Amino acid sequence: MLDDFFTRALVAGIGVALVAGPLGCFIIWRRLAYFGDTLAHSALLGVALAFLFQLNLTISVFLVCALISLLLLGLQRRATISSDALLGLLSHSALAIGLVCLAFMSWVRVDLMGFLFGDILAVSKTDIAIIYAGGLITLGLLAVIWKSLFASTVNYELAEAEGLKPEVANTIFMLLMATVIAISMKIIGVLLITALLIIPAATARRLASGPEQMAVMAAASGCLAVVGGLFGSLEWDTPTGPSIVVVALLLFILSFAPIKHLVRYRSSAQKGAADG
Amino acid sequence: MSSLLTLQNAGLYRDGKWLVRGVDLSIRKGEIITLIGPNGSGKSTTAKLALGIRRPSEGTAQRQENLRVGYVPQKLSIDWTLPLSVERLMRLTGSLSAASMDAALDRTGVLHLKKAQVQNLSGGEFQRVLMARAIARQPDLLVLDEPVQGVDYSGEIALYELIADIRKELDCGVLLISHDLHIVMAATDSVVCLNGHVCCQGSPSAVAQSSAYQQLFGPRTQSALAVYEHNHDHTHLPDGRVMHADGSITEHCHKHDGHHHAEEARNA
Ligand SMILES: Nc1ncnc2c1ncn2[C@@H]1O[C@H](COP(=O)(O)OP(=O)(O)OP(=O)(O)O)[C@@H](O)[C@H]1O
Ligand SMILES: [Mg+2]
Ligand SMILES: [Zn+2]
Ligand SMILES: [Zn+2]
Repeated sequence: MLDDFFTRALVAGIGVALVAGPLGCFIIWRRLAYFGDTLAHSALLGVALAFLFQLNLTISVFLVCALISLLLLGLQRRATISSDALLGLLSHSALAIGLVCLAFMSWVRVDLMGFLFGDILAVSKTDIAIIYAGGLITLGLLAVIWKSLFASTVNYELAEAEGLKPEVANTIFMLLMATVIAISMKIIGVLLITALLIIPAATARRLASGPEQMAVMAAASGCLAVVGGLFGSLEWDTPTGPSIVVVALLLFILSFAPIKHLVRYRSSAQKGAADG
Repeated sequence: MSSLLTLQNAGLYRDGKWLVRGVDLSIRKGEIITLIGPNGSGKSTTAKLALGIRRPSEGTAQRQENLRVGYVPQKLSIDWTLPLSVERLMRLTGSLSAASMDAALDRTGVLHLKKAQVQNLSGGEFQRVLMARAIARQPDLLVLDEPVQGVDYSGEIALYELIADIRKELDCGVLLISHDLHIVMAATDSVVCLNGHVCCQGSPSAVAQSSAYQQLFGPRTQSALAVYEHNHDHTHLPDGRVMHADGSITEHCHKHDGHHHAEEARNA
């Protein structure tokens, strides 16, 4: 089954969307969109290093992203410049260094478009294995730190005062972000990863009434976007990343339609029926 | 009996100034301590030192091991991007049975808001929910940073009565912060008056003993509130300097300034 490139892309894409949804919720809640961009841009440096040292691409990207996020944590603590300036600095320098490195390595032929916008043909069975292994670990760890991460998102000091360890949760969260960016790069492309993180979560926010519910809905709407986007990409021969993002956006726009009232109406009707 | 928490000569230095300095404070089981002082006097900072949210730059802050804390912060703004119901907020930092959640919400008079989104609550309602959340945890130590802000007057009295009841039930320590300089909760065992340092401390006297206040309050209020009489040997001037009993003026008023007065206040 996985011999078909399109099936492979579908399986991989769904794996990515399942992880991106819940993490994307935290990006929205904590207003970290810019942080996601920074990590994604630095992924290109990971690509360059992978070619230079003959490493596995996903692992190399993960290492660079992890390094950048830990660097950011460290620098923020010393904060002499604001953290958005810091993010901009890291983001664009990593992107620039990555591009320059790639240009120097004239012996490798890199499909730059593929890295920037995703490439449906590029997904191998190994990639699928890495995506699902990384994805499972990410979701597992997220479940473990969920309470403390969510509590510290609501109020850091409250979480700390009541004995949760927000600092540990934050550090793990940064590493999970690095993981999700590394595994989603081939499907969605470096430039649009943040969109896959944010747009399904934003769609879910319109419909959800609790954080856990929002995470599940974000994963679901991400999966829909991936499936729709991949089919569109096949049909019209468009790059996969942008196609997926366009579908995600359509879903978001759709969430403004009176679906919510419909859902509410039905659930209250059911409730009424149950009460009666 | 051993203390739940102890601050010894604790101080916090930030951005080139001391936010608060030289605070000695200890809370035992079943004891209610009220921190009072004007705006910016370091009350919240002291509470954060006590809770371990801030590490003291000077002195020490010690807490009993595995202390179960219930905290109501002074300000807590919940972002609109967070889908959060009262019910979910109640379970924010620990699990909670449905029965004890309902009981706690009922005690603060907001059980009917259980399903509401927290962003839609009024200021006073939200404060009551925060209070319910803190007591539902059955804490060993309650830290309440201006818990009655935005609560109407009769609600304020009711919440003070609730705090006193909870203290009796759980035998927990309570650190209560209020910016009312003269009227404190009657159940308070000890008042600490802050203004960048401990200006004076002592216990409040019942309203009934002060005829001026007696006429001001009704009988129920009389039992919930008490009057605190300050005992200062120095005055804080508007420009931040300090005038001492002997008329001398110094930039600050700290132990090393040589005019310290905690001893006298305690004896008084
Ligand atoms: N993180 C910080 N960095 C620098 N200064 C701070 C910080 N937090 C508080 N301050 C300053 O420390 C002083 C004490 O603040 P604190 O919040 O403890 O006062 P407070 O007694 O609780 O006042 P209020 O009655 O207004 O709540 C204030 O002057 C405040 O501006
Ligand atoms: Mg305060
Ligand atoms: Zn003083
Ligand atoms: Zn005083």
